[in-house]
Amino acid sequence: MRYTPHTPSDQEQMLRTIGIGSIEELYQHIPETLRNRAKIELPGGLTELAVRRRLAALASNNATATDWSFFLGGGIYHHFIPSAVDTVISRSEFATSYTPYQPEVSQGTLQALFEYQTLICQLTGMEISNAGVYDGASAAAEAVLMSRRIQPMSRRRVLMSRALHPHYRAVITTYLRNLDDMQLDEIPFDASGATDVTELTRKLDHQSMCVIVGYPNFFGIIENLAPIQTACAGKGAQLVIVTPEPLALGLLKPPGAWGADIAVGEGQSLGVPMTLGGPGFGFFASQKKFVRSLPGRLVGETVDTEGRRGFVLTLATREQHIRREKATSNICTSQTLCTLASTVFMSLLGKSGMRRLAEVNVSRAHDARDRLVSRPQLEACFSGAFFNEFVLRARNLESLLQRCAAARIVPGVPLGQWYPELDDCLLICVTEMNEREEIERLVGVIGD
Amino acid sequence: MEFPEGLKYSKEHEWVLVEGNTATIGITEFAQEELGDIVYVELPEVGEKVVKDDPFGAVESVKAVSDVYAPVGGTVLEVNDVLPDNPETINDDPYGDGWMIRVEMTDEEDLKDLMTAEEYAEYVEQQKEDEDEEEEEDEAEDEEEK
Amino acid sequence: MSESSAIKPQSEASAPRLLFESGSPGRSSFYWPAESEKGQTTIPGEFLREDIPGFPELGELEVLRHFTRLSHRNFAIESQFYPLGSCTMKYNPKVNEVVARLPGFAQIHPLAPIEILQGAMELLYDLERILIEISGMDCISLQPSAGAQGELTGLMLIRACLTEKGNPRKKIIVPDTAHGTNPASSTLCGYDVVQISSTARGVIDTATVAKVMDEDVAAIMITNPNTLGLFERDIEAIAAVVHQKGGLVYLDGANLNALMGVAKPGHMGVDVLHMNLHKTFSTPHGGGGPGAGPVAVKEGLSEYLPVPRIVKQNDKFELLEDCPKSIGRVRSFFGNFGILVRAYTYIISLGREGLEESSRMALLNANYIRKKLEKGYQIAYGEPCMHECIFTDRLQHKYGVNTLDIAKRLLDYGFHPPTIYFPLVVSGALMIEPTETETPEMLDAFVEAMLAIAQEAKENPDVVKNAPHSTPVKRLDEARAARKPILRWDPGQGGAE
Repeated sequence: MRYTPHTPSDQEQMLRTIGIGSIEELYQHIPETLRNRAKIELPGGLTELAVRRRLAALASNNATATDWSFFLGGGIYHHFIPSAVDTVISRSEFATSYTPYQPEVSQGTLQALFEYQTLICQLTGMEISNAGVYDGASAAAEAVLMSRRIQPMSRRRVLMSRALHPHYRAVITTYLRNLDDMQLDEIPFDASGATDVTELTRKLDHQSMCVIVGYPNFFGIIENLAPIQTACAGKGAQLVIVTPEPLALGLLKPPGAWGADIAVGEGQSLGVPMTLGGPGFGFFASQKKFVRSLPGRLVGETVDTEGRRGFVLTLATREQHIRREKATSNICTSQTLCTLASTVFMSLLGKSGMRRLAEVNVSRAHDARDRLVSRPQLEACFSGAFFNEFVLRARNLESLLQRCAAARIVPGVPLGQWYPELDDCLLICVTEMNEREEIERLVGVIGD
Repeated sequence: MEFPEGLKYSKEHEWVLVEGNTATIGITEFAQEELGDIVYVELPEVGEKVVKDDPFGAVESVKAVSDVYAPVGGTVLEVNDVLPDNPETINDDPYGDGWMIRVEMTDEEDLKDLMTAEEYAEYVEQQKEDEDEEEEEDEAEDEEEK
Repeated sequence: MSESSAIKPQSEASAPRLLFESGSPGRSSFYWPAESEKGQTTIPGEFLREDIPGFPELGELEVLRHFTRLSHRNFAIESQFYPLGSCTMKYNPKVNEVVARLPGFAQIHPLAPIEILQGAMELLYDLERILIEISGMDCISLQPSAGAQGELTGLMLIRACLTEKGNPRKKIIVPDTAHGTNPASSTLCGYDVVQISSTARGVIDTATVAKVMDEDVAAIMITNPNTLGLFERDIEAIAAVVHQKGGLVYLDGANLNALMGVAKPGHMGVDVLHMNLHKTFSTPHGGGGPGAGPVAVKEGLSEYLPVPRIVKQNDKFELLEDCPKSIGRVRSFFGNFGILVRAYTYIISLGREGLEESSRMALLNANYIRKKLEKGYQIAYGEPCMHECIFTDRLQHKYGVNTLDIAKRLLDYGFHPPTIYFPLVVSGALMIEPTETETPEMLDAFVEAMLAIAQEAKENPDVVKNAPHSTPVKRLDEARAARKPILRWDPGQGGAE
């Protein structure tokens, strides 16, 4: 394939205009030692047909959610996406435009982002939201860094629940490692699968900067945030709530209502395909008083010279392209096309649809768990309330996984890789995409 | 452009009104014009110490941030509470309602290297000439998306 | 003028209402009957919300019409020439989009067993090898989500390497022409920034670097070609100076699109490099992401790369998690896989000659514009340019017209403006990057518009200063937006219609 339209005569005429004889003359000033070795050793180009065949062959070597039964969550969720979502984000006016720096010709993207910010505020119960960040894990890390900008220097200890997604914990650890003033502590989980509040309260002190918990947490458990918030408030620590499965907020009391200072999470479950875990987007919301400490892009409403409503990128002086080394963050993308997908998704589901879909998830997941724990091979691991994911302990996990694989079922995510004490446990996710027959087949295979 | 007599001026374009041991500080008309529409003002807290020639606050336009340097050292007695909610006051009235802080001076010597209105007017002329060379240097707009 | 500046039908003229200002209580486009399964919910009532106040209540056609109308209020590559300097707004091939939507890529789960993700792993493994070949580096991680995260990752690798040698050091040297992300990433990695000035020729010279280079400097960050579109010719000598004092060389590969078949970063003394796949390798910008920012390193730094690493054993791909010296993860799962699929598709479509041709044509187009625009605008640097060229508004000053005005007037002519006021070292910069996918006819039309604006600046400056005239909205009050920020719709808020 070639996407360069230049004919030989085009090239000749252009060279003549420039006043040179060959294209090579344009880079003669680059040292010869570099030019001589610049050749790229790769195969030649392909026809579009050959490209599609090659990619289709690679794709066919992956197990998809349609060919297999997946009971997989753990931060990436298989949900139904209405056809209208891809229709909108495939429009080249959205897909092939740049960050909306020229607002007069970017009102489409800007208004959609303003609507996105509003939807995230409504869903999380928070006052303000930015236009999005990379993913849930880096959003969690950025939340900790934001708390570091807000809290005094005497508070630099972060208390992180061990029931927070292991990738999120890993990314926070990576981000904080090079900041010498930071200290990171993990809070264990209890028999209900929730953050151990007694232990948290014991560890909280006047050096604590923030507490970071999942909601629902990595085990699918709906944390009771009331005592956690009280403990934080009592010691002046900020509460950061992380939601990897925001569909849950269609039904659950939102982070804002629990008194969160910052609420972040992964937005993939709201209208973005799983795509091996990326791209999705991180959502990022907080209380209004912290607006100057927010990372990332923000869209605000204003008027044009004729008084008509319009939208612009605003409060840009927080950002790297102006404040450089003093910026609130180095981030300058907002995963816009993915946040647009979620904006369309939430608009289509609407108020009643978000709740209904969340209820369907709860009902199917609870139904599945009841049936599964009735098998002698399985037992519930935690006692806490859950949304669409739960952890079961298996008598012989290895053989169970093999039997499932033979039946083209992935029954869940084995937890031993992150939690040695749970090495016989499986994190199982059931969504509206898992039909009743699928669940029965799973119960059947396990019972064999 | 107006540079009132009786005020002292710094090279960083702050003005000082001295009344006994108290110095009222703001930015000059030239400075506010250079910045354009001021959208945000960052001020110190009452009781904080400011050090001569160190930044004590910042003013922001839509696309630039400028530190404001203390022309004299001392302790902050009062800050202009109007500014956080009405930053445009600095544009409208830089020498009056747009004042930024009042300081109890520690050392009157600090005033020595400040300029008179006449000297400052000359200094600004010079700056304007240079500016033709390097206009709008602190503005950044589009940038690569990374 | 292009079609976009033609008068729009009346229904298009006013802005669509916000999602929250339309619809009707109880309306929904989502049909899903209540479940017959009666899963015994364990969720206590105190955990449940009553309602999502303000959430949209719309029909499907209403939603589609809303977003379709919004889309008409955007410029985009497929409707307008979009010569944003430093952003590389080249054509985003359709085949990339088609393959990225294959269920075998879009419907796969990152926590599924690796044995059933072998096609995805093969693609990632192949893409790693390809990017290593193009860049001349030794090892790579595809995990970073974007260029800025790639920078941060790269600096973390440098810090990890130096720490193991006994001292992470304190400072990073960054030229004044650098993207703002360079100093911002340095701070985030715990380093202080030492800014150095470029010469009157627009490049950095070895002596300037030598002067600030000491045992406290961890690395220098260089962009090559730099943000002025100029090749940093002394890069090898600069690298030698930095290496001699025990520092490392970071190359911001934002402009790699100028170098394919021309020069390889790996030969320039570079230790760490990030690439922006959404630029050089044609993945769509999406109105501000998602992108991808892989980081490539020389052998000595490979053991610090993020986990997991993909390894090939007996023709099977596996994940290596146990890398004790690794900096860890910088994001969840495997990075922006959907973007990596598109970049891979682009690269194998073009192949060796196609990639080299892309860089050559990018250079040709930029130099063609540079030559033709000299008739009406002041060029910023006399040096030969690579993939982009920079002009200033200097010749228009005497008419009271500046870069912003020129940019806004271009909108009336149906062109997206160049990047303006960047890099900061050029006063009133107009930074033009045509990319290789534009025809000479399009470049001519753009030049013609620019020259017409130069003429207008002379004869009728007000028409330029008050531009744009034909866009859906006119210049917006950005000061008002920043002074009293309205960042979300509120039921009580009075709209300024």
